Formats: sequence, structure tokens, C-alpha cells
Amino acid sequence: MLAFKLAFKNLMGAGLRTWLNVSVLSFAFVIIVFYNGMIDGWNRQSRIDTRNWEIGDGQYWHPGYDRLDAYTINDAHQVMSDEILSDVKNKNLAPVLIAQATAYPLGRMEGVLLKGIDPEQIILKLPSDKLKPSDDHDYAIIGKRMAESAKLKMGDKLLIRWRDKNGTFDAREIEIASIFKCDVPNVDKGQIYLRLDVLQKMMGMGNEATLLVAGNGFQTRNLKNWDLKNSDFLMSDIDRIIQAKKAGGSIIEGLLLIIALIAIFDTQVLSIFRRQKEIGTYIALGMTRPQVVGIFTVEGAAYSILATLLGAAYGIPLFMLIDKLGISMKAARTTDLPVAEKIFPYYSFNLILITIIIVIISATIVSYMPARKISKMKPTDALKGKLA
Amino acid sequence: MENDAIIKIENLIKRFPVGKTEFTALKNVNISFGTGEFAGLVGPSGSGKTTLLNIIGSLDSPSEGEVIVLGKNVSLLTHKQSAVLRNRHIGFIFQTYNLLPVYSVYENVEFALLLQNMSGSERKKAVMAALEWVGLTEKVKSRPSMLSGGECQRVAIARSMVKRPEIVLADEPTANLDSSNSHNILQTMKNLNRELNTTFIFATHDEKVMKYLNRIISLEDGKVVKDLLMPDSKN
Ligand SMILES: Nc1ncnc2c1ncn2[C@@H]1O[C@H](COP(=O)(O)OP(=O)(O)OP(=O)(O)O)[C@@H](O)[C@H]1O
Ligand SMILES: [Mg+2]
Repeated sequence: MLAFKLAFKNLMGAGLRTWLNVSVLSFAFVIIVFYNGMIDGWNRQSRIDTRNWEIGDGQYWHPGYDRLDAYTINDAHQVMSDEILSDVKNKNLAPVLIAQATAYPLGRMEGVLLKGIDPEQIILKLPSDKLKPSDDHDYAIIGKRMAESAKLKMGDKLLIRWRDKNGTFDAREIEIASIFKCDVPNVDKGQIYLRLDVLQKMMGMGNEATLLVAGNGFQTRNLKNWDLKNSDFLMSDIDRIIQAKKAGGSIIEGLLLIIALIAIFDTQVLSIFRRQKEIGTYIALGMTRPQVVGIFTVEGAAYSILATLLGAAYGIPLFMLIDKLGISMKAARTTDLPVAEKIFPYYSFNLILITIIIVIISATIVSYMPARKISKMKPTDALKGKLA
Repeated sequence: MENDAIIKIENLIKRFPVGKTEFTALKNVNISFGTGEFAGLVGPSGSGKTTLLNIIGSLDSPSEGEVIVLGKNVSLLTHKQSAVLRNRHIGFIFQTYNLLPVYSVYENVEFALLLQNMSGSERKKAVMAALEWVGLTEKVKSRPSMLSGGECQRVAIARSMVKRPEIVLADEPTANLDSSNSHNILQTMKNLNRELNTTFIFATHDEKVMKYLNRIISLEDGKVVKDLLMPDSKN
């Protein structure tokens, strides 16, 4: 306790130099918390979006289906059993039939995926209810990205051409019934959503589906001939990219922290050199050398405590403001990862605690290293102010 | 007198390594100090005064010989034991005062007591008493930077005396002070020496100091060349 009291007095007494060190360290601290908070916020948001728009609470795949391999699509469809159909009816499963097609927007040619979804489904946020039944219209819904790349507006007609189950080409015009806004590129880019029954008829695949999306009311179990893919599997892409972003960020964070620590180290070396007489006096007053080493170590460690306080002083209002406004992510929205227009950072207690511990421990270590020299100092030399 | 010696130095030799050779700073010193002495080590610069004080205060160790302080052989003390000896039984006063700059007068004086297990109220009483001895009760909250040299040295005296040590070692305590301040602090120390029967040992060149001493030990080139009792010292 004496060491703490003395350390804080010395730090306050040192004035500007202290605040410079504390500022640099607090800056590193705030950046680390902020960056990780942003990544965590992004992670949470993209998981929620991906869940709501794409994967639900897990999926069942036709055993031949591979979402990364378009060639598997042609053969990856099968009839749904009565058991499955009753779950579909109860809105616990949402079947999706996937087919390849070519679209001709403005005379250009573009490969697209046709996805047949149940208009009644409520598991995914897709506005499937816009896919009204009609005898002379084939309604479709598309996402904003698709609409932009194909220059399509609501009410526009689009020619599509496909091969049915037997390999026969067919073509027809569909009408865009709705354009939805969604932050998950995977459910948007190059995709056209049709009524499931319409696509089934087009393909000659009555009652068939490629995959089934489970809702939260669905009791997870094995379905014969369908492969269960859980959320962890389906989100592994997000996990991988988030990990990469974290790793990338930690380089900058590490550098910032190192700069702050070098400043402390430097201050400590200088301070021990300049305060030899004080060190000698402590010993003359009856302190042991380890006790004096302790004072100087605590003094350096105290920078980290002050930095935490200072960081909280400007970090908390700043974070609260950011939390209100969100961070515009327009620039990052070109990636294939789900990125909301605005990200709201998420600061977990663990993140903050771990950051504080890292900052305190590293500051203590860099303070201890020069302070150790004191234990080799002769008190008589210290009192004379001679460098040991 | 020999029996109740508080400090007993026998055949003390102190060598310092200088490059590859050695320099002998104290050459076979034999002295004893009794309780309540007000003694001074005098002699030219480099004669070994500071070296001798440091060894008595166990800030440095003998190369050869025996130094017994308060019944303890300083060569045999562990670091911890010698720290306790300094903390409880020996006060130091330096030429440059060596006050802790970030502490107030009160806290500077209190410091040594914080290393002991002393209750807060006891500590306060002791600190205020010490500040009263040196006449600085008005300045408890001042920082050393706000004080004059004489006042600083009075704080240092209070700091060395607050724990009521048996021995106070003062190395050139008046060297940075003008004549009236010097007399003032010497008078203060002499009073404490009488009241508390504390043994004072000075290292000094200062004629003013010598007038107060009741024993003058002359060192020359690391040897005791004269050891005189001064029956007619001031007060
Ligand atoms: N650590 C050391 N290493 C080498 N020589 C030393 C060391 N300390 C003291 N000496 C030498 O020992 C001799 C005695 O030094 P000391 O400081 O005791 O003298 P002093 O009598 O106190 O002198 P002054 O009146 O100038 O303070 C000097 O010649 C000094 O150079
Ligand atoms: Mg000297």
C-alpha cells in the first residue's frame, strides 16, 4: 500500500511526462477495446443476419449438395417425405429448391440461381409473401444487390432460360414483385426467388427440394436421406474471416501497445537514473532494495491503472456515442461477408477485462525490467548519485 | 565507558576496487562511541569520513575488522536485518537534505514510521512531536520545494529523530547552510542530544560545527590521528 501511495504521488509529481505516457497507453487501450468491440459487434450482427436470412437454425441438405460447387446443383434435389411436409406445414421447416438458369437483363446474359421458396414460410426474413399465386404472372423477388447489378426495378420483366429435369430448354418472363434489402450477400447476389411450386413445375420436380431450413420450433433430429448441417458448420466462413480480421487488427494493436510500453520503459530508465539519490534515501530510511524495486515497479504499473481510468474517461462517452450512431460500413460492403450498413460495436466484459489485464501486466513487466537494476545498486553510490 | 559503548570499531579496514587495483580508504581504525555522545569526524577531503559513517550506518560493509553497532556485528547482518537497523535505530542527515520531493513535510517525517507497524494515531503524535522539536509545526503541508535550505535540513532532522533512534549520523549537515541557519540546526540537534540522549556523529569541515562537539576525531588519509574530548564545547 505504501508503494502504491508513493507511486501515485511520484507520478502526479512528474506532471507532463506522466500524462504523456498515460495518454499514449490509454490510447492503445481504447483502440484495442474499440477495434475488438467493432469486430465482435460485426460478428454478432453478421451471425444474426445470416441466421435470419440464410441458414435459420440449421439446414438439411440433399446429400449431393455442396453450396460451393455449382455443378452439384443439377442433381441435388429429392422428394420431401410426408414427415417433412408436415413440418413444412407447421412452419418448422422451409424447403428451398435450387436451379441454375440464365437471365437476360437489358439484353445481356447473366448466370443466376433460381431459388424456389415456400411463400408461406416465416423462418427466413425473405419477403416470400410477395410471391403471390397467379395464372398469367410468374412473380419473383430479388435482393438490392441483384437489382443493382441487373439494373432491375420493381415491376420490371426479366427473361430467364433454363433446362428442366430432362435437359430440355425452356424460357419465360418473370416479373419482379419486390426488391428486398438484406446484409447477407450470399442470399442476394445473382439470385432470383420464385414460388416453390412454380419452380418445381418449371423443373418438373414436383414436391422436391434441395435443402430444408430449420426454424427455431423444429426439433433437431436425423431426417432420412438428408444431411444435417448445423449453424457452426454453416457459419464457418464468417468465423474464419472474423478470425482473420482479429489477427490483422492485433498487429496494429500490438504495435500501439509496444509504442506505449517503450515510452514507459524509457521513462523508467531515466527516472531510475535521475532518482538515484532518492533510491539511496529510501534505503537509508530502512527500506530493503526489493522494497525499492517494488516502489518503482508499482510506479510503472500505475501508469496502466491511470491509463485505464483515463481511457474510461474519454472512451466510455465515445463508445456510447458510437453505440448511438453506429459506424458506417458502406466501404466494406463490397465483400462477400455479411456487413450491415452500420455496425454497432459490442464490448463484452471479457474483452475489457482481458485488455485491462494485458495492459497492466505488460506495463508492470516493462517497469520491473529497469527497476531490477536497483537491487544491484550500492546504496552509497546511489546516495552519491553515481550511476551504478 | 568501554562497556556501554553503543558503537565499537576494531581494526577496521575499508578498501575500494579502483580499476584493477584497490584503494584503501580506511586503514586500521579503532574507535568506540558511548551513548549520548555529540562527536565529530573531521579531516581533509578524502580522509574517509563519509566512508566511516556509511559503514557505521551499515550502508556499506567493512573489508576487514569488526564494527559492532548496538551489539550487532554489521558484517554479519542480512540485507533485511541491516534495513531494520537503519529503520529503527539509526537516523541519517545528509548535506543535500534528501527529502522526498513529492511528499509534504509531514509525510517526509512520517515515512520511516510507515515502514514500522505503528498505529495511525501513534504515528501522528510522533510526527507532530518531531516537527515541534525543529519548530516546523506551521509547515506540515508544505512541499520541500517551498522551503528554505535551513527549513529543509530541519525537516531532515525531524525525519531522522521521529523514530527516536539511538544513533544519528550527519554527513556535512551544515555545508549548504548560512551561518545563522547552521547555528540554529546545531542548537536543535544539541538539544535533542541532551533531551533524548541520542548519540550524534558528524562528518564535517565546518568550524561552526566543531564548537558544538564534545569530541573531535581527526582523520587523515584513512587513519585516526587525533581523538580529543572537548570539555568546553558550546552548551
Ligand atoms: N565507491 C568508491 N570507490 C572508490 N573509491 C572510493 C569510493 N568511495 C570513496 N572512495 C575513496 O575513498 C576516500 C575517502 O572517501 P570519503 O568520501 O570517505 O572522504 P571524505 O572524508 O568524506 O571526504 P569529503 O570531505 O570530501 O566528503 C576518497 O579518496 C575516495 O576517493
Ligand atoms: Mg564526505
